[in-house]
Amino acid sequence: MEYFIQQSINGLTLGSIYGLIAIGYTMVYGIIGMINFAHGDVFMLGAFMAMIIFLALTTFIGGVPVVLALLLMMVVAMLLTGLWSWTIERLAYRPLRGSFRLAPLITAIGMSIALSNFVQVTQGPRNKPIPPLVNGGITVYGTNITIAYKQMVIIIVTAVLLAAFWYLVNKTSLGRAQRSCEQDRKMAALLGIDVDRTISMTFVMGAMLAAVAGTLYLMFYGVISFTDGFVPGVKAFTAAVLGGIGSLPGAVVGGLLIGLIEALWSAYFSIDYKDVAAFSILAIVLIFLPSGILGRPEVEKV
Amino acid sequence: MKPIVDIEPKESDSVFAKALKEGLVAGALALGLFCLIVGFRTEQNIRNELILTQRWGLLAIFVAVAAVARFLITYTAPWREERKKTRRVVEAKEPSAFRKSFPKIGLGLLFIYPFLVILILAAYNGSMMGGLQGSLKYVDNFGIQILIYVMLAWGLNIVVGLAGLLDLGYVAFYAVGAYSYALLSAHFGFSFWLLLPMAGIFAATWGVILGFPVLRLRGDYLAIVTLAFGEIIRLILINWTVVTKGTFGISGIAKATLFGIPFVPGPNGFAALLGLPNSGVYYKIFLYYLILLLALLTAWVTIRLRRMPIGRAWEALREDEIACRSLGINTTTTKLTAFATGAMFGGFAGSFFAARQGFVSPESFVFLESAIILAMVVLGGMGSLVGIAIAAAVMIGGTELLRELEFLKLVFGNDFTPELYRMLLFGLAMIVVMVWKPRGFAGSREPSAFLHKRKMVSGEFTKEGHG
Repeated sequence: MEYFIQQSINGLTLGSIYGLIAIGYTMVYGIIGMINFAHGDVFMLGAFMAMIIFLALTTFIGGVPVVLALLLMMVVAMLLTGLWSWTIERLAYRPLRGSFRLAPLITAIGMSIALSNFVQVTQGPRNKPIPPLVNGGITVYGTNITIAYKQMVIIIVTAVLLAAFWYLVNKTSLGRAQRSCEQDRKMAALLGIDVDRTISMTFVMGAMLAAVAGTLYLMFYGVISFTDGFVPGVKAFTAAVLGGIGSLPGAVVGGLLIGLIEALWSAYFSIDYKDVAAFSILAIVLIFLPSGILGRPEVEKV
Repeated sequence: MKPIVDIEPKESDSVFAKALKEGLVAGALALGLFCLIVGFRTEQNIRNELILTQRWGLLAIFVAVAAVARFLITYTAPWREERKKTRRVVEAKEPSAFRKSFPKIGLGLLFIYPFLVILILAAYNGSMMGGLQGSLKYVDNFGIQILIYVMLAWGLNIVVGLAGLLDLGYVAFYAVGAYSYALLSAHFGFSFWLLLPMAGIFAATWGVILGFPVLRLRGDYLAIVTLAFGEIIRLILINWTVVTKGTFGISGIAKATLFGIPFVPGPNGFAALLGLPNSGVYYKIFLYYLILLLALLTAWVTIRLRRMPIGRAWEALREDEIACRSLGINTTTTKLTAFATGAMFGGFAGSFFAARQGFVSPESFVFLESAIILAMVVLGGMGSLVGIAIAAAVMIGGTELLRELEFLKLVFGNDFTPELYRMLLFGLAMIVVMVWKPRGFAGSREPSAFLHKRKMVSGEFTKEGHG
């Protein structure tokens, strides 16, 4: 039982990261119906920038308190990754708005290839290890279950961000604009909502959450490489689909589920086939619940 | 959203001011984007710690290029508008004689291509042998490599272009074909000609097995499941080491033979039997014609199927699934046949790939390959065979050419490796081409069904289906 709880905690940590990335996929999909394939690489870019900020802090300033360093890494990475995502949307997706459905998908794939290779060219192909930022952990009283501090950081940061994000989507005018664009873009435009700006902001918000996910990923694993965008990206997209694409709570639920499946499968069966398990469960869930766990079934209008 | 009426700049001064402002903004934006990722470089030192090196010069170049480019684009905008207005509005006209006969000319060129290369190189080197050896690279790297992708893209075109199902895991079928050839020839010693159809059948079977449960799904759900399937196949190939030897791959795969004549040096080899000098190039030329014929088979089947009820059903499905269902077409079997037919050609290409390389490993079947093949289908203009072939030739030939650009070393110094920039340029080119021509290279297509007279229609009228 202790083993199970321990593995579940590990799974939830991993799942939080997937959930944060998945929100970016699901929001973009909800609003313009496009799979943003470059999102995984935006996440990787965020992690890289966080790594460079960390190195810059240690090189130029020296001993910065860990909390401050993490906060700085997250905030600067968020801002710059948001800027990247805004630029990407502007250059590669907006010109194709209103074109046929596969066109932005292809530019997104092209952007994904370009981004990962750009990072490879500018930063070199090798893995980038950083020294551990957060050490130690606590043992739950009377058991052998340990929770590492870095896991707690991940779960707390995710929870705080999700709360802020929930507030943003449900209580602010930007969130209202976003939800209205999701329901009916044409009607929203007729009612005076700046649709292009709303879509841009959606991309920026998704990228910001991905940047935080990247920072947490870097803190947790302590290493990042230019290829690290693909697998978390695909997993997060899987999570978004599993939870029902277009649904924000669905993305988080899906992310946590994928994380749990991975951790428990590795613990009880085989670590080699953990991705196979995650993908197979996706296929099985979709066969029985064709629109995901929390997704609304698609209504066909003739 | 853009304001409906742009405030027309009247004087060139205001255009200049506007361009200057936008250039500065673009420069600032570029500074923000690149300040960390270009301004610093991380390197490992001897103790495996990361250290930062600063590259402000490079960053300045990036910012300057962005600013100047933006400035020029805005500054020349009125002039380009003017030119666009004066250009005659061209109505959709009948294609010229060259365009009409382009497929025939292209086909003829493809058939004589290896000999053309040998002759040119022989003339260049002054000896027949020099021509033979020199042609290896052009026949293999360019000819065969491009034709494999043409065949794969034509195979995927059946699924995506005709039936409108978005398949992101096409490379899985390619892998199934390649591994079934590699394993069956290694364990049972079957010949290429037996295994070629078998590989196709295996891949088609996998297509049916995968397709049966998931074809109920629509659009992007189908896309993600096919992507997942592609990854599952690859992960199994990596991890099932007892059978597949994992990441080491299977090497020493038997070569294909021509009516039982092997392509080996020695008395029984092809060269000795025909009394030709020994060379590896005959096998390459043989493979070239083999893949050319296989690709043409794919094209022929596609063209024939489009005229048959099943092909009509595919295209109808792409245009409107609900209408299809109400007219009594069984959408599940229709989708399944498209999926299986596409998979079969992927399997053929896979077994050819294994015979050509003599080596297969999971490295060759990553998602990037599926993405590239899909990009060819879309850039080629969904459903247009010639367009897809051109897209494949440009994309693969272009990236192969980048390997050859040795002269760039003279410009950028000896440390410059063009190979490193190959995929970066590839990705950027995909974006640029798509933004520039969203409907692909072939902007028009022949309709499958028509009244009175076959007329070219704009690609804009083709729907892409919902999966």
